[in-house]
Amino acid sequence: MEKAKRNGLVLFTDYQQGSAVKKAVTLTRDDILFELREAKLKGRGGAGFPTSTKWMLTAAAIADKKYIVCNADEGEPGTFKDRVLLLEYPELVFEGMVIAGYTIGAEYGFVYLRGEYNYMLKSLNDYLAMMRKENLLGKDIAGKKGFNFDIEIKLGAGAYVCGEETALIESLEGNRGEPRNRPPYPVNRGYLGYPTIVNNVETLASVPHIINKGGEWYCTNGTDKSTGSKLFSVSGDCEKPGVYELPWGTTINELLDLVGAKDTKAVQVGGASGVCLNQEQFGRKLAYEDAGTGGSIMIFNSKRSMIKVLKNFMEFFVEESCGQCTPCRIGNRKLLEGVEMIEKGTFTFGYINSLKELAKTMQIASKCGLGQSSPNSFLSILENFDDEIFHSKGNGVSHVN
Amino acid sequence: MLVYEKNSLAEEIEELVKTYGNERPSLLPILEAIQSKYNYISDFAQQEIAQHLAIHPVEVYSVISFYSFLHAEPKGRNIVRLCQTISCDLAGKSKVAEAIQKELGIRFGETTRDRRITLEYTNCLGMCDCGPAMIVNDAVYTHLDPQRAIKILSEIK
Ligand SMILES: Cc1cc2nc3c(=O)[nH]c(=O)nc-3n(C[C@H](O)[C@H](O)[C@H](O)COP(=O)(O)O)c2cc1C
Ligand code: SF4
Ligand code: FES
Repeated sequence: MEKAKRNGLVLFTDYQQGSAVKKAVTLTRDDILFELREAKLKGRGGAGFPTSTKWMLTAAAIADKKYIVCNADEGEPGTFKDRVLLLEYPELVFEGMVIAGYTIGAEYGFVYLRGEYNYMLKSLNDYLAMMRKENLLGKDIAGKKGFNFDIEIKLGAGAYVCGEETALIESLEGNRGEPRNRPPYPVNRGYLGYPTIVNNVETLASVPHIINKGGEWYCTNGTDKSTGSKLFSVSGDCEKPGVYELPWGTTINELLDLVGAKDTKAVQVGGASGVCLNQEQFGRKLAYEDAGTGGSIMIFNSKRSMIKVLKNFMEFFVEESCGQCTPCRIGNRKLLEGVEMIEKGTFTFGYINSLKELAKTMQIASKCGLGQSSPNSFLSILENFDDEIFHSKGNGVSHVN
Repeated sequence: MLVYEKNSLAEEIEELVKTYGNERPSLLPILEAIQSKYNYISDFAQQEIAQHLAIHPVEVYSVISFYSFLHAEPKGRNIVRLCQTISCDLAGKSKVAEAIQKELGIRFGETTRDRRITLEYTNCLGMCDCGPAMIVNDAVYTHLDPQRAIKILSEIK
């Protein structure tokens, strides 16, 4: 889809380059934090932490330096909305960072761009150079005396776990991308020990529109608990895959209609670390309070084998686990072995039940979100597609994929 | 490695250290630059980098071993990575994978004898709406089918 043909509610609307930065520097920090709180903007990276709280904590921290990090590691299977934002709407992402810098008193920001997106690096750096010329980056930005801010893009090198905010910071510091124990949280001790905001690309891109039009306006879309719009990355069995901007609260059924999905058996919401829903659950709403998601929607039609889908996800986690903690390093292997047993028909129900217990233990005992959420697809697919997997002829193996 | 090759690599690393600085956060950008030029980071390069950054060479190796795009062993002149994640799989990745292996006469994880291509699988590339997708060095190719994939590979040097 080309940019001109995209239409949306917030992000995919017209925006005058520089307008939000110019307005922001006429406001006080408190004004900006107030608008963000009014907007009830929550993190779009998956966890849904209130953005105003994150910014307020970092603004309140006392330190010589503070940093803004834009999390552009977008590694969750089925997610590609940040790609579209970076390629087609870089003004929103970068200006969101500038406004964050102004609000918390930071002079430097990083974009942590996944290595797979290296091909965007040149155009993004050109855009930053243009912003410097336009005085939207650099010294005394938009004429505001003493407000200095610049942005540097750092490349990742092919590790999904580096999207986890503390692993990302480790990686920025030149280390292996292994998640840290939290607390301390990055808002207190982040990059090189300084208070740091880590925000998703889409979260930052929402900020300029909120500054221009206000928090109250932002709440006119979405639900009470999930305000505004969300970008959904839609892939799999449908006629029109792509990125869609929809109000929070849209149901799965509505989304399926919109993208021309027919004969749908299953929808994976939230990527490999999300949950897999069956037809009975397609009336559910996409919202933090119901089916929450970073925006990955993968559609499977009736011909797909759900055990094969699950195997693909578990292989992903076995490869991407950083190996630091046992529940995740060993647990994901065990779950994958279990899936392979089901595929071959060499399982016992007793063993599968003990793997479900293991999966629940992993959700509690893993050190970071990777191991805590990797059992989600295992548990939801085995539960929601129990008939196909355990009771149909050939345990689903006969399905094509 | 020949002596003059070592000297020029040492000079290159010195230049990179000048550009990125000799602090720990410079390690990844320096490794990425060497990786992208040579497709691997040799023992000698690791030692040179370690010396400039005043860290142990094992630290450098440990970072390389963590990231799937960094390699300590020589690779082919081009690295081809096909996405193996589910949306590309639904879009027909297996047929593309078979065709590529047959054409190049190697399996995933291997390098052609003329060292032209190393073939690898990778996870989701963020191109799930236009799969099957692969990256050749840094360039992304989408909507692959066997013919198109083979044509692309035949055109790389
Ligand atoms: C394994 C793992 C991978 C993650 N990958 C990403 C990512 O690619 N992009 C992202 O924005 N957040 C990712 N997150 C969430 C981040 O840790 C963090 O919550 C987020 O960047 C905060 O930004 P937000 O508040 O704007 O959502 C990931 C978390 C985990 C556990
Ligand atoms: S949960 Fe997995 S990815 Fe996270 S720290 Fe433990 S081993 Fe690493
Ligand atoms: S699944 Fe292949 S690019 Fe996302």
